[in-house]
Amino acid sequence: MSEPSDIQTKTPAGGSPRVRKPSAAEQEWEKKTLGPTLGKSPERQKEFTTTSSYPIRRLYTEADLEGSDLQRDLSLPGEPPYTRGIHPTMYRTRLWTMRQFAGFGTAEDTNQRFRYLLAHGQTGLSTAFDLPTLMGYDSDHPLSEGEVGKCGVAISSLADMEVLFDQIPLADVTTSMTINSPAAVIWAMYLAVAEKQGAEWKKISGTLQNDILKEYIAQKEYIYPPEPSMRLVIDTFEFGMKHTPKFNVISISGYHIREAGSTAIQELAFTLRDGMEYVEWSLRRGLPVDEFAPQLSFFFNAHNDFFEEIAKYRAARRIWYKAMTERYKAANPRSLALRFHTQTAGCSLTAQQPMNNVVRTAIQALAGVMGGTQSLHTNSLDEAWALPTEFAATIALRTQQIIAHETGVTNTVDPLGGSYFVEALTNEVEAGAWEYVRRIDAMGGMVAAIEKSYPQREIAEASYRYQMAVDKKEKIVVGVNEYVTPEKPIELLQIDETVARRQETRLLKLRRERSGAEVERRLTALRKAAKGQENLMPFIYDAVKAYATLGEVCEAMRAVFGAYEETAVT
Amino acid sequence: MPEKKIRVLIAKPGLDGHDRGAKVIARALRDAGMEVIYTGLRQTPEMIASAAVQEDVDVIGLSILSGAHNTICPQLMRLLHEKGMDDVTVLVGGIIPEADIAALKKAGIAEIFLPGTSTQDIIEFIQGRVVRS
Repeated sequence: MSEPSDIQTKTPAGGSPRVRKPSAAEQEWEKKTLGPTLGKSPERQKEFTTTSSYPIRRLYTEADLEGSDLQRDLSLPGEPPYTRGIHPTMYRTRLWTMRQFAGFGTAEDTNQRFRYLLAHGQTGLSTAFDLPTLMGYDSDHPLSEGEVGKCGVAISSLADMEVLFDQIPLADVTTSMTINSPAAVIWAMYLAVAEKQGAEWKKISGTLQNDILKEYIAQKEYIYPPEPSMRLVIDTFEFGMKHTPKFNVISISGYHIREAGSTAIQELAFTLRDGMEYVEWSLRRGLPVDEFAPQLSFFFNAHNDFFEEIAKYRAARRIWYKAMTERYKAANPRSLALRFHTQTAGCSLTAQQPMNNVVRTAIQALAGVMGGTQSLHTNSLDEAWALPTEFAATIALRTQQIIAHETGVTNTVDPLGGSYFVEALTNEVEAGAWEYVRRIDAMGGMVAAIEKSYPQREIAEASYRYQMAVDKKEKIVVGVNEYVTPEKPIELLQIDETVARRQETRLLKLRRERSGAEVERRLTALRKAAKGQENLMPFIYDAVKAYATLGEVCEAMRAVFGAYEETAVT
Repeated sequence: MPEKKIRVLIAKPGLDGHDRGAKVIARALRDAGMEVIYTGLRQTPEMIASAAVQEDVDVIGLSILSGAHNTICPQLMRLLHEKGMDDVTVLVGGIIPEADIAALKKAGIAEIFLPGTSTQDIIEFIQGRVVRS
């Protein structure tokens, strides 16, 4: 298992070492200009590396692009392989969607925050659910104790969902929902609310995270074993293809892989290989590639290292284009162009001197924009401590608005295109990612690799190396291991236990008022279908519409599918 | 006679699956010569207390990022007391608002390590506190 960990340091591209041939002029420069300077004043470090410990050269020139065919590798924006962006005009026509992730307390609390954000110029919604919801437990389940409404909003039934989107027109607002293992259930509730509002399914738009593979790899919020989990994901693909053509049925996520400590190349590679895995499972189901692939979307992290991040986004588009055309023979341009959401790196925020996080976030967000993101979440300065206060969340949104309207970076498409450094790094990051993709192919695909703990081990290794580098001050984190000053605590958002009590009361009322017989009938039908091969979405939809709770629906499937337990790797 | 290794149980209580910190600490303590048992995810206070007894550990390290610390920590301390494990050193690492620290220490948590703590500081704290007899 140790070999792949060396990818970062062995050779930059992770492939065969390429001999760099500097031009006569560059050789001359090295002798006449560089040499004497280095003689007088040596460089600060022996080696310069990215946040991911990837080695960076002193200077990039045309010698670093040898073997590149600019027409083939870059092309023009809106054209394959989409390296320079998926639209010909990018932000000149339409800015990215400013989509701040929000959710805490009860549905009422979050509904208020949503309406506040929309009133302040946010252009799309993004829902954070609490841990019990993410794990498929109702707020009154014993395992939910202490966790209700803490990391997101508590949603236990359609009744909660109706409150969450009260007075928010789902026909007009696009909504992203960060939910994975119970994604089909929460999505069914969302569709039921849309129906009640009279919003046509064919017209509503939004994104379901629904990426179970990265849960096994990184974030670990799984319920069922991989096989039935993948079935549920493909069920939502099939359902979405037929009923909600404008909805992104998945957001294939590198964000959490990076937060778990991966390098940029690992984030890119594991995410895109996850994407390929979903495509392969869909093809095996018999879904036509050009019918479901346009509804696949991606989600990447924006970490500290500005150019490494930009190279990552550009490489992502090129890899996806190649995979979709060469591996899966897709032809619909909408299947080939990788669309992605970006979130600035939560793990880069420091609890110390939290105001500095505004600066970190601004620079990370700028990387996302320079990399051509379709939507963006900027973290709040207080998120190393808690969910954000309204004050902190407003600064985060304003950060995006400043980038959009004051910096001028939106004036031209792919402003860094053609930079020797950015193009060389894009090539190298791409090559490193393909190397990982091939290893995972050789293992039999991503589900097989996960069962071997391969990506989990790679990430653990990288995250440990990073921590050691910080502990030894090989990497400086301002305010943490350097420039440390005494400071006072900041004001934080507090979620108290009354949220849990309010949820318990509401669930009690729900169970009393709904038709118990109808719920039981729907859950029995779902259990029966789960044992067979049918698409489960209609059964789940019927159950939630009868006000079966999230916990009841997830439990019905758990009874058939079983629960997953990982082999912990340390 | 060679000194016995310090035995540490690293536990991840609650529903949260973010195990980056727990895994880094487990490995750092192991590299520092300690015997480390990692419980894996989603451990209830009962499971952690039983594992602590079974493994006869000197230290329990809890990794909590979810905000559930005020529920989990007092429960675990009560269970440890019931099992006669009052001498075990219980540490918490993770996202703990400063306002909660005093109450957690009063409940018996020996120390709370906030984000940004170096692994070396945690190793030294444990070595200074536990003398394995």
